[in-house]
Amino acid sequence: MSKRIELQKLNVYYSSFLAVEDVNMVIEPKAITAFIGPSGCGKSTLIRTLNRMHEVIPGARVEGQLLMDGEDVYGPDVDPVRVRRQVGMVFQRPNPFPTMSIKDNVLSGYKLNNSRMSKTEAEELTEKALVGANLWNEVKDRLDKPGSGLSGGQQQRLCIARAIAVEPDVILMDEPTSALDPISTAAIEDLAVELKEKFTVVIVTHNMQQASRISDMTAFFNIAGTGMPGKLIEYDRTEKIFSNPAEQQTEDYVSGRFG
Amino acid sequence: MTSQVTSSFQGTADLPKWVSPAMLLAFFMGSFTLQVMLASSTEQNELNLIPVAVFGLVGYAVALYALSRFVEGRRKATDRLVTILVTAAFSLALIPLLSLAYTVVQNGAARFDAEFFTFSMRNIVGEGGGALHAIIGTLEITGIATLISVPIGIMAAIYLVEYGRGTIARLVTFFVDVMTGVPSIVAGLFAYALFVIFFGPGVRMGLGGAIALSVLMIPVVIRATEEMLKIVPNELREAAYALGVPKWLTVIKVVLPTALAGIATGVMISIARVIGETAPLLIIAGFTASMNYNPFDERMMTLPVFVYTSYANQGVDMQSYVDRAWAGALTLMLIVMVLNLVARLISKYFSPKG
Repeated sequence: MSKRIELQKLNVYYSSFLAVEDVNMVIEPKAITAFIGPSGCGKSTLIRTLNRMHEVIPGARVEGQLLMDGEDVYGPDVDPVRVRRQVGMVFQRPNPFPTMSIKDNVLSGYKLNNSRMSKTEAEELTEKALVGANLWNEVKDRLDKPGSGLSGGQQQRLCIARAIAVEPDVILMDEPTSALDPISTAAIEDLAVELKEKFTVVIVTHNMQQASRISDMTAFFNIAGTGMPGKLIEYDRTEKIFSNPAEQQTEDYVSGRFG
Repeated sequence: MTSQVTSSFQGTADLPKWVSPAMLLAFFMGSFTLQVMLASSTEQNELNLIPVAVFGLVGYAVALYALSRFVEGRRKATDRLVTILVTAAFSLALIPLLSLAYTVVQNGAARFDAEFFTFSMRNIVGEGGGALHAIIGTLEITGIATLISVPIGIMAAIYLVEYGRGTIARLVTFFVDVMTGVPSIVAGLFAYALFVIFFGPGVRMGLGGAIALSVLMIPVVIRATEEMLKIVPNELREAAYALGVPKWLTVIKVVLPTALAGIATGVMISIARVIGETAPLLIIAGFTASMNYNPFDERMMTLPVFVYTSYANQGVDMQSYVDRAWAGALTLMLIVMVLNLVARLISKYFSPKG
């Protein structure tokens, strides 16, 4: 399953501060959508609104509409916990649970929610998720060892395995490779391309080469200055954004003239 | 300096390694001889060791600094002086501790025997007898106090760190701070006053002692747990939320296990803090010479009170009362030591591995 996400007139606030203003876009299913832009332009803030992680911060709120296959994510009776079960997230810094083994980390989406499963089911699911995250061969002999003993790149793939194990519809990646070396980055990028066969993938990145390598659609965000809200400047197919953008600001950014 | 400087990294020559210990030894020997001579010249035969240490240390520090300044230069001389000061301060802090441990072991060993752990003081005047009634009482009262304090303390800390916002949280924090400073005698009077309401004046029972100890223990548990919960990285909470785990399950299954080692250590420290309390137990648990296994009825002896009463009300055979007091003190110290060891083991086995 993968879902289409529609953002309509979306404003994101931290208390009274408007962080992202008036975003309208459609994120396509079974594709990778990249958010690029300078630091502080609201990319991470926006991606966190997609699974309602944004409101974990006190005072943060959202105005406008966010539809996932036509269903309002911010509707009155919507349980944010249920949204997050369908929208997985990978963070900037790898954050496996330090008290759990590799296997328990993969199954944490179930174990933490007290779901019961048989031993064979658990083993199959662990293997499937780890194979899906290209990590199986490296860790299959030490599934009971703690997850924090892995290298940074392996930990990040473990976090991806954890996210895909619960079979979400959408996977959000907030700068997943910014703390990793080029080889681990390549592994994660290959993985993202594989994941789009099944999921809607949204990735925030500072690395424009990365966006141009792996994404199908690219959204460019910018701010007019400090204290001003971030805005969606241009959203189009990735080739177009990087070869022939419609906006001058986009061209300046992707050609490295600023930012 | 005879050698020529060949590199810009090359500094002044160092003093050989044996110089510092040799000077220390020399100055203490010198100081000791001086004091012996002084003592014999003034016809006082008692040798006072405190001036020996003071003169020896000051002489050593000044001389080493001067020598080092001359040979090694200012930076290294300052380093040596500060090292001496820090080490001296550390030894000074250690002296009372070692002296206390030595005294308690030496005096307590006399009655640290099987009878001490198998007998109460019922019908015993003079020699013999034991502190079984006090050991049982201490374990029961402290155990009940722990059962009351730990859940309340941990839950209050969870509220403060994970849920508390605004006025109520600030009020709770304020009152926890105030409670940390409550004198133990006040906690005892509080427990007594509380039990008088239900059981009438003159009430004595172990449970009251446990309540009094809880009053002292809860703020310590809250503080320790709060600090431990605060250092659990926020990323772990977010990781759990992003997997669709509700907040309460995140707290129970991610935050608490991650902080468990620290919380266990905090709890053990809080137990060690209250297990030696005397004043509140004197008021509400009272003292007795007999066994009492029931904390809900009648007086109950505890180790600190046992030590106090043995020492304060010495009977006919004075020495045996004093010996029992010391053995009680030694037992109490050993219990605290075992608790600390348990805390270390817990934090070793439960802390996140990696």
